[in-house]
Amino acid sequence: MPDTEELQHNELLQLVPKAEAKQSMKDFKSDQEVRWCPGCGDYAVLAAVQGFMPELGLAKENIAFVSGIGCSSRFPYYMNTYGMHSIHGRAPSIATGLATSRRDLSVWVVTGDGDALSIGGNHLIHALRRNVNLKILLFNNRIYGLTKGQYSPTSEIGKITKSTPMGSLDAPFNPVSLAIGAEASFVARTVDSDRKHLTSVLRAAAEHPGTALVEIYQNCNIFNDGAFEVLKDKEQAAEAVIRLEHGQPILFGAEGNKGVVRNQATGDLEVVAVTDENRSQVLVHDAHADSPTTAFALSRLADADTLHHTPIGVLRSVERPVYDTLMSDQVDAAVERDGKGDLGALLAGADTWTVVG
Amino acid sequence: MTSQVSSAAEMADEANDAVLGGQRAPLSGTTGTDGGNGKEVRRLDRVIIRFAGDSGDGMQLTGDRFTSETASFGNDLSTLPNFPAEIRAPAGTLPGVSSFQLHFADHDILTPGDAPNVLVAMNPAALKANIDDVPRGAEIIVNTDEFTKRPMAKVGYATNPLEDGSLEAYNVHPVPLTTLTIEALKEFGLSRKEAERSKNMFALGLLSWMYHRPTEGTETFLRQKFAKKPQIAEANVAAFRAGWNFGETTEDFAVSYEVAPASQAFPTGTYRNISGNLALSYGLIAAGRLADLPLYLGSYPITPASDILHELSRHKNFGVRTFQAEDEIAGIGAALGAAFGGALGVTTTSGPGVALKSETIGLAVSLELPLLIIDIQRGGPSTGLPTKTEQADLLQAMYGRNGEAPVPIVAPQTPADCFDAAIDAARIALTYRTPVFLLSDGYLANGSEPWRIPETDSLPDLTTPFATGPNHTLADGTEVFWPYKRDPQTLARPWAVPGTPGLEHRIGGIEKQDGTGNISYDPANHDLMVRTRQAKIDNIEVPDLVVDDPAGARTLVLGWGSTYGPITAAVRRLRAAGQPIAQAHLRHLNPFPRNLGEVLKSYDKVVVPEMNLGQLAMLLRAKYLVDAHSFNQVNGMPFKAEQLATALKEAIDA
Repeated sequence: MPDTEELQHNELLQLVPKAEAKQSMKDFKSDQEVRWCPGCGDYAVLAAVQGFMPELGLAKENIAFVSGIGCSSRFPYYMNTYGMHSIHGRAPSIATGLATSRRDLSVWVVTGDGDALSIGGNHLIHALRRNVNLKILLFNNRIYGLTKGQYSPTSEIGKITKSTPMGSLDAPFNPVSLAIGAEASFVARTVDSDRKHLTSVLRAAAEHPGTALVEIYQNCNIFNDGAFEVLKDKEQAAEAVIRLEHGQPILFGAEGNKGVVRNQATGDLEVVAVTDENRSQVLVHDAHADSPTTAFALSRLADADTLHHTPIGVLRSVERPVYDTLMSDQVDAAVERDGKGDLGALLAGADTWTVVG
Repeated sequence: MTSQVSSAAEMADEANDAVLGGQRAPLSGTTGTDGGNGKEVRRLDRVIIRFAGDSGDGMQLTGDRFTSETASFGNDLSTLPNFPAEIRAPAGTLPGVSSFQLHFADHDILTPGDAPNVLVAMNPAALKANIDDVPRGAEIIVNTDEFTKRPMAKVGYATNPLEDGSLEAYNVHPVPLTTLTIEALKEFGLSRKEAERSKNMFALGLLSWMYHRPTEGTETFLRQKFAKKPQIAEANVAAFRAGWNFGETTEDFAVSYEVAPASQAFPTGTYRNISGNLALSYGLIAAGRLADLPLYLGSYPITPASDILHELSRHKNFGVRTFQAEDEIAGIGAALGAAFGGALGVTTTSGPGVALKSETIGLAVSLELPLLIIDIQRGGPSTGLPTKTEQADLLQAMYGRNGEAPVPIVAPQTPADCFDAAIDAARIALTYRTPVFLLSDGYLANGSEPWRIPETDSLPDLTTPFATGPNHTLADGTEVFWPYKRDPQTLARPWAVPGTPGLEHRIGGIEKQDGTGNISYDPANHDLMVRTRQAKIDNIEVPDLVVDDPAGARTLVLGWGSTYGPITAAVRRLRAAGQPIAQAHLRHLNPFPRNLGEVLKSYDKVVVPEMNLGQLAMLLRAKYLVDAHSFNQVNGMPFKAEQLATALKEAIDA
């Protein structure tokens, strides 16, 4: 998480033209009527993104939102930037083509748990491993909303839905664990209703060169209302939520009396009551650790059923080569090595003969 | 050769050995004597050679080298590589046989030839797999070293065909290729296995002597190919030379043949040999240049299209970006994303890949962005015959999407024509802001022919302006940008790329309101948009169909795509036999040329040969209510001219 509110434009962000005048949230609202269900968590995320964009200070014509299919994928229509509402699951691949061919754009992907993890799972993992310069906002409501209430790949086992009247049989994905396993260079989690935290995570994601995956727990008040209540209700949240901050000891609980330590025997992480004796053993969060091991272990602390011990914040943020840059470098290197392509010479090749009339 | 050749040359052609009467005429030839070794030299006007061996014997390389020698000598030529889908099928088995057929001539030719005059069989399997195609009297060169008990038993030869008289009708040259190669390389200190590998170069040397091919190109090629292993390079050169010398000295080869350059058949110009996939790759690079747009290829490896991915990835200095995606869907997704950003987006695949890309093609239809979908067709359904040819994706390209989703279709007719077809497909995509299908196939992709290299300044201008400002005035006088306000002429919508200030807009697969592009579920608007998208494709400008009908025939043969060569060869045979027949070939399958209906109705009979079960014929019948007759073949191989000529004759007489 950045130490200051001042956004540090990384090398890649510097390729994107800046806004000429100061922007406001209004600049990022399109003229389209927002049509999510009243009370949907998507409204809060939209407001947070529109509110955060002026802080980025990029020319809005150089920003593009690409989405797939699902409730959250209507998002681009409401942003006054360039946008594409594509097809189910495919947004990361379309955005990859856009980002790798236009490095002067800031490209954002908006997707949901079904879109990104079920039908589009393949594209998500490959975007992450390549480290394409995309900011992926994964709205996780643990249900299929647009098709009216079937279980999703993040729904808990046994969930009763229209398609699972006797309970879902599927073991759910943990999107953060999945992303870390897919070599993600940036993985964060936040909650729709916590505007401040959401904005801070967006800021960190925007600053990250490469693929940034932000899982946003988002309430579907029609088909899965209260799915994240335990993380939102003040009293329960204190025990359920682990707020990660880089460089800070991982402490939580109403009194700040719980902490995460490493089990010396197994190497795994576990939650303990913090005492004077063990305080020094409380893990200090290092989002920039080279090894993904601890970030992965943190992602496993959450109980898939109760969501107790859910870490939020930036779990992992490391720098590694960005696909777009590498692709562009190869083009430059080829021009350097072979000269700018000469079409006539290419067509002629090396082996020709001449016919004279 | 392509349709560039003069009509005079077209008349002097494969009709020479027309078989309509059932009699195969001998190759025309004159005889002379080579001053050097006293051996007889015969002049031929054309020859068909087939190299056949095990998948690991290097037959494709041998064929490629003979082709290059032949091209640089100035013959017209046409090739047919034929290989199994398995990388290394079990050695010595029938499924493992790989072959390369080459037809070359002193005049303009159209096909790789129906039947080889010379078969080179590197083992019993190669002989067995190919002998049925070889006409009696033809020459067969066999590697006798492989005709031992086990290899023969493996393919079911109970007795040795070289000894049991079963090949009596042929002119067999038994040559211990392996032994001779090992003997020739004994100075090199290679293992037996290593030395043996050069036997294909020995065979190439022998054939190069037989047909007076220039050898410098092959020697240079070998030294470049094995630049890092000079010993292997020199061993291969030595084997190649040993093969040549063997021909020159041994008495078994008493005759060599000359096929003069086809200088009369070619218009003035500079030529090279080119395969369909290479010509297609160059066409795409050229299209990017001509449009002044970066070329972006999103692709997933698939036979027989992968060569285009390989080729384009070698030309990054043209600003070409190639993205090998995680799957077929991501390949086209990335290409479409790049098109949204203002690139010339291309995806390359074969039939199974098209099936996976269908939904994205539908999205591209809805987004109305330029996009090229290159389908190198192969045998289907499903995995089908990956390395064999077929034309059975026409209806998939035409209709294989949900909803009314019309997509223009362009088809090249010869390997070299893939270059022009790619540029034409790009023209349509860019002008009309639409995905476009290019339907090549395995035969065109891997086959090759001489190509007159075009002057780059003779190529068309494909530049397409991006939208730069508002295009609509509201009632209150406000200037706005409407992403779906169309050009009245082309019905194309503006291409407004990200980065253009003031034109921020959102597009998607949901039905859009005419003009504004906003989401619309209005019934009347949907009806209008469906009809407008169809009208845009129907109105695409394509040239009228040209009919070749010198004698006022009553029967028309109409083809599309790679059947051009065999159909034209068959037509020549018929005409040479005094049988009038009209011929036309479709480059554009959607929309059809405006005059197609008129052309079809002006003939008593229309015959449509296709390497499918009658897909074009069905479209013609549906659209024009004509009684189009199909002649179909789906055996994974191109039509043979002789067989087509017979079928057309029957159709005329029926």
